Amino acid sequence: MSATAIAANNLVKIFGSGPNAVTALDNVSLTISDNEFFTLLGPSGCGKTTLLRLIAGFEQPTEGDIEIFGSAVAGLPPYERPVNTVFQHYALFPHMNIAENVGFGLKMLGREQREIDEAVTTSLSLVKMEEFATRTPAQLSGGQQQRIALARALAPRPKVLLLDEPLSALDLKLRQAMRTELKTLQRDTGITFVFVTHDQEEALTMSDRIAVMSAGLIQQIGTARDIYERPDNRFVADFIGDSNFISATIDVIDSDVAHCVIGNGLTIPTQLVGDHRVGDTVTLAIRPEKIGLSGGGDWIIKESIYLGTDTSYRIASGTQEMTVREQNARTGTARFNVGDAVSLDVAAQTTTMLRD
Amino acid sequence: MNLPQNPATRRFLGLLPAWLVIGIFMVMPMMILLVFSFMESDPYGGVDPGFTIEAYRQILFDLNFDDELEFDPVYLIIIGRSILLALIAVFGCLIFGFPVAYYITRQERRVQNMLLYLVTIPFWTNLLVRTYAWILILSGDGVIEQPLKSLGIIENSLEMMYTNGAVATGLVYSYLPLMVLPIYASLEKLDFRLVEAAHDLYASRFQAFKQVIVPLAKPGIIAGCILVFVPSVGAFIAPDLLGGGKKLMLGSLIHLQFASSRNWPFGGAIAMLLLAFVMIALLWQLRSARKRMEESG
Ligand SMILES: Nc1ncnc2c1ncn2[C@@H]1O[C@H](COP(=O)(O)OP(=O)(O)OP(=O)(O)O)[C@@H](O)[C@H]1O
Ligand SMILES: [Mg+2]
Repeated sequence: MSATAIAANNLVKIFGSGPNAVTALDNVSLTISDNEFFTLLGPSGCGKTTLLRLIAGFEQPTEGDIEIFGSAVAGLPPYERPVNTVFQHYALFPHMNIAENVGFGLKMLGREQREIDEAVTTSLSLVKMEEFATRTPAQLSGGQQQRIALARALAPRPKVLLLDEPLSALDLKLRQAMRTELKTLQRDTGITFVFVTHDQEEALTMSDRIAVMSAGLIQQIGTARDIYERPDNRFVADFIGDSNFISATIDVIDSDVAHCVIGNGLTIPTQLVGDHRVGDTVTLAIRPEKIGLSGGGDWIIKESIYLGTDTSYRIASGTQEMTVREQNARTGTARFNVGDAVSLDVAAQTTTMLRD
Repeated sequence: MNLPQNPATRRFLGLLPAWLVIGIFMVMPMMILLVFSFMESDPYGGVDPGFTIEAYRQILFDLNFDDELEFDPVYLIIIGRSILLALIAVFGCLIFGFPVAYYITRQERRVQNMLLYLVTIPFWTNLLVRTYAWILILSGDGVIEQPLKSLGIIENSLEMMYTNGAVATGLVYSYLPLMVLPIYASLEKLDFRLVEAAHDLYASRFQAFKQVIVPLAKPGIIAGCILVFVPSVGAFIAPDLLGGGKKLMLGSLIHLQFASSRNWPFGGAIAMLLLAFVMIALLWQLRSARKRMEESG
């Protein structure tokens, strides 16, 4: 286990007071390891930026404390913390050209001009913006400004880089290219990345670990696989990917596998979570692509949507409905038509019993 | 009514009111002053016809008994003092005005409006009256010296009145709002998230102030400096009341020429000189504004 870069302990952040008080963070604890690519994922307004601002030192926590590389940073101003931020709103200095913007951090650290120039060139080439060195921020597009913001934060080689949705203004192709590059950059430099996004694909493809947040709370922390395959609760299962939420009754418990019966009598084996007993009603989350279909049975295809690589079926049996996704592997046409009768095949390892 | 068809004529007619206002209220008085400054003075006030550069000569040279030109620095000293005191006033206003403007911008919107209102309140009272108040503050039996004397801290008068310092104080006091308002206007537009970004990149408070706040507030600072310099260099109330007429400035000198000395051409010549200083200051502002435009693309 490598060293801890950032530890947040029971962070609470309340803005305002009295009836106007907003709880932006509600008892958040997490540890981020050195060299880790850590992502904060959550919907708009869930407190991602607030958490970054507490780490960077722009805000003081209402309760709780933060340690950066083992030392408490309470009361330390931003300029004395070994972290740099890529701001969601770029915050480039309008009165300086691009090279001056990128070199600003090193200049403030009192480095020699030659060293600054070198770092500026390196950082600009990392984001493929070398030829823009003498322009001013006003002469760049939003996506270009975002890349400069990244170069500026990287230039002083901080120990921790806080990135607040740094790819949001880029077009799809550039965003995909930058994902790979950011990931490579992070691996090569060994800088700890705390990366904020509300794009789940971005989170899944880049992160070592992800913290899923909602309404100021951390819902789950884990690897991309953990979070996708084993969501802790309904919010996580719903926010990341698609899920069928199905209410079921536990029929038989066989060591740690619970056999759950759903509305139409179908039995689905699931990993047992918590201390449920036979007869309890639980919610199962089943990913649409984890369900196998075969011809003939008591489910009817209600709808079939062609999605390019996949086909999405809405199937029903009595009042029970589900979405199933199947790859258009070789044929390029759907295997079933609306009105066909099918049966389901769900393996034990692919469904999740939700805790709540 | 038939509108003229020719677009050029129509444009001319449309702008006519503006040209008339500028012509009657701004250009014409200047032209009259300019013409007067090249005429001969009438001992009973007013001017006599005839062209002469006598008035301009008088600024630098005196005629001695043999009708020879003799360099006389007395007016040059007044010019120098005027510029110096105006620059001191600008500096003083900047030192006091910037923190005030900064403080105001950091308040809530509602409080900001109230503070701005307070800053402008002195303008509602006559400048003459307000400058008299400074006599009560600075004079030998004023509110500063009296208590110090009765407490035995000082024995002799501090002699604060009728000094350059007193005049400068009066000027700073008179024109401080003219510095605060434009600086406030540009600080108000400043995105304080840029200051955060500077702190994030290891800039201390002072560095962030120097590298980010001041450069971005520069348009307001320059405007404020000009707005304070222009009336200061031509001021006559503060020099008269607080300088006691001993510390003459250009404004008082001009005032004297048209009132008691009855030398209108000389007054006009000095007024033209003052105009030249103001033009130089404005050109400087124009140039730096243009440079800023070029920088920001
Ligand atoms: N300075 C502030 N004063 C009052 N409320 C604030 C302040 N900053 C943030 N909030 C509130 O705190 C909550 C979290 O805001 P935050 O900016 O952290 O969200 P976010 O997760 O970054 O959202 P987004 O994805 O839209 O950027 C929001 O409800 C927001 O309105
Ligand atoms: Mg945000």
